[in-house]
Amino acid sequence: MPEDLSILVSGEAGQGLQTFEQLMVRVFKLSGLHVFSYSEFMSRIRGGNNSTQIRISSQGVASCTRRIDIMVPLHEGAMERFRERITPATVILGEKEFMDRAYTGGGYPIVDMPLSRMAGEMGGQVYVNVILTGVFSGLFGVGQDLLEDQVRQAFGRTGDVRAAANVAAARMGYEKGSHLLRSGQALPVIERSDAVKEALLMNGVDAVVLGCLAGGCTFISSYPMSPSTNVLVLLARYAEEFDLVVEQAEDEISAVNMALGSWYAGGRALVTTSGGGFALMVEGLSLAGCIESPLVIHIGQRPGPATGLPTRTEQADLEHALYAGHGEFPRLILAPGTPEEGFTLTRHAFTMADRYQIPVILLTDQFYLESNCVVQHLDIPEPLYEHAVVETDPAYMRYRLTDTGISPRGVPGFGQGLVCVDSDEHDEYGFITEDAKVRTAMVDKRLRKLGAMQNECIPPTLVGPEGSRFLVVGWGSTFPVVKEALGVLGRDDLAFLHFSQVYPLPTRTVEILDRSQRRIVIENNATAQFARLIRQHTGIVFDGKILKYDGMPFLLEEVVEQLEALLERW
Amino acid sequence: MAAEFDLDHHTDVAWCPGCGNHSILAALKATLVELGLRPESLVLVSGIGQAAKTPQYLKANFFNGLHGRSLPVATAVKLTNPGLTVIAESGDGCMYGEGGNHLIHAVRRNPDITAVVHNNMVYALTKGQASPTSTRGFVTPVQVSGVCTDPLNAIALAVALNASFVARAFSGDRERTAEILKQAITHRGFALVEILQPCVSFNRVNTFQWFREHSYYLDDSHNPSDREAAFAAASQGDRFALGLIYRNTGVPAMTDCHSAYRRDNRPLFRRPADRGRIEALLNRKRT
Repeated sequence: MPEDLSILVSGEAGQGLQTFEQLMVRVFKLSGLHVFSYSEFMSRIRGGNNSTQIRISSQGVASCTRRIDIMVPLHEGAMERFRERITPATVILGEKEFMDRAYTGGGYPIVDMPLSRMAGEMGGQVYVNVILTGVFSGLFGVGQDLLEDQVRQAFGRTGDVRAAANVAAARMGYEKGSHLLRSGQALPVIERSDAVKEALLMNGVDAVVLGCLAGGCTFISSYPMSPSTNVLVLLARYAEEFDLVVEQAEDEISAVNMALGSWYAGGRALVTTSGGGFALMVEGLSLAGCIESPLVIHIGQRPGPATGLPTRTEQADLEHALYAGHGEFPRLILAPGTPEEGFTLTRHAFTMADRYQIPVILLTDQFYLESNCVVQHLDIPEPLYEHAVVETDPAYMRYRLTDTGISPRGVPGFGQGLVCVDSDEHDEYGFITEDAKVRTAMVDKRLRKLGAMQNECIPPTLVGPEGSRFLVVGWGSTFPVVKEALGVLGRDDLAFLHFSQVYPLPTRTVEILDRSQRRIVIENNATAQFARLIRQHTGIVFDGKILKYDGMPFLLEEVVEQLEALLERW
Repeated sequence: MAAEFDLDHHTDVAWCPGCGNHSILAALKATLVELGLRPESLVLVSGIGQAAKTPQYLKANFFNGLHGRSLPVATAVKLTNPGLTVIAESGDGCMYGEGGNHLIHAVRRNPDITAVVHNNMVYALTKGQASPTSTRGFVTPVQVSGVCTDPLNAIALAVALNASFVARAFSGDRERTAEILKQAITHRGFALVEILQPCVSFNRVNTFQWFREHSYYLDDSHNPSDREAAFAAASQGDRFALGLIYRNTGVPAMTDCHSAYRRDNRPLFRRPADRGRIEALLNRKRT
């Protein structure tokens, strides 16, 4: 028996899978179970087929598995896309009409649960998701009071009548689930922990948003684009509580120029977008480089080119982020792999943007943003953040040449000086110039900042022994799945190096990579962009590549099998 | 006192002798002095073009950004520090061509800023191509058979969008231009001021004399609160109405719609960090 259990619910858009996911993971977490969930969905509002995977475990896991222990089909054809993942060990729970004939003829454990009929008795099909939450709560021994409290809380906004009806639906499911448990349905024993009850339940969106707040973000201008929109939505929800100015721009060009206007006037601004929106912001990125404005850009990656797969995941915009913008200017690119990193790095993005007066790009992706997991602790630093803004005097020069390349940054209306910034090449005051010497001095000044930034690099995280014979290298959202795969493989000659600062490459990168004999890169893209970046800057070539670009995140078993195959060859 | 907004240093002005920009700059400086504004509390935002160089020639904070993008920047400056006086100034190509979408949405947002649009009906910095306001038949090195589109009527567009302040001026009349600018800057809300100006180098059609002959000042019989009258004044094909064309005081200024300014008018950078609020939010993620 595995020490964790994977549930997959497959339904149509509009069947309330999202509500099920949110409610279910809360209930599991509050009952002390480690929980992870990820939803994959089509770019449509009704119909099609979407699925939610929930893993419960006694230890923290945060990756998708191919293995499905319990499959719940919610409509005809719901099992079609998962045929390869259903085995004779998969329990199929739900109504027989929605189960493919291949499975109902025997050989597969079936739990007949007439969810539609039960929902009908409660007053309509809208109750299926809540009944299902009840079934699993009963099946996994969650306290009934806890479940009903959570349902009441979740539906409280819809009024007393609706909330009471949903509580009744949850109770109906709970009774069915408890009955299954009593009837001896074979289930793995998953230990509960009090620490989990007290822990935080977060997804990547929460992490980025909390990091923004901790980094002193005061201004958000953005245009909605999946999968980054929820960052905008959540910041808008917190706007009143945190005194944020949230503005939905008419396009991404406006969004990035607003962000620059806000930084200029003393705001700490974020834009959140995806690859296509970022493409529209690129002239603004270059403007940030020229006027030496801080700027924080969150890119939630999705598969391209062009519209690509709007609701799915990929890590193919690293080079887009790296090379975007005409002219030469410094930038920083960060890519978190866990909610803890997302929180820390987003806050760090604001600090670094402010301190070095550069654009900082935070690269996430749909998988990172939309997956939920349990986080024990987030460290809120003291002081929360520091403003690098100075009060100006009458002789103030915005672009004063300094050894570090950093000129003290004033804002209009704070002090007696004038703050003059120009997208044309400019002198120390900010006035237009075509003087060749000044031009050269200004380019050098801007690029000099890269040198100082090297002292504040975020080192890569090593999982496993130092100097191992084999080394897997990844960045961003692949961290949890690779880490878990290494645990499954349990080899002492294999380690994993995870980069959360992808550009500039952290110091010591060469030193660490050089210690291993064989290096494997893992990326959620088709051309191994990070491997190319490492090769360009260090000359180090990778011996193996594990790549995926079908729009889905890596599954645990895929990583395990592909690593095994590569290691076997050597 | 009159030199309040004069630069302390000598600068090599990039405008042609006789360009309307000189008198617009003079009118703007006179207005700023008359309003008793200080350079430190004034922010000029511009895009790219000859008009967009205006901030280089007077003493103030400035943000000379990208072509077409002055309005998003100016909007955000005001939203970040409402205590600043913010003027966006650029030409017809920048404001109506490259940045046309921003103009529409700036009118809708109604930030308390002034947009000054120099309209010489030609692209001057790139040496003579058609602008969105060039007249039909205007021959240029690109529109070799003459422009075959109608000019954009931004004044009528702004009235159609129910803008809060819409005016037109003529650079040949410095005093009246200053008067219009004064009303625009003191207006609370988005104020659009289009200033007709000749381009002495690249527009031999719409000359100083041509503008004189094709414009007239609205008299006291015009009621700027009357939207239909404003639309009529804005839509005349053969002659340009000058003066305050439309004023709509019924629309709230943008900052009034943001919760961040409901209880607190301090600029965003003056507000202290609050660790407690974040801790409270984190704790909500536990239950």
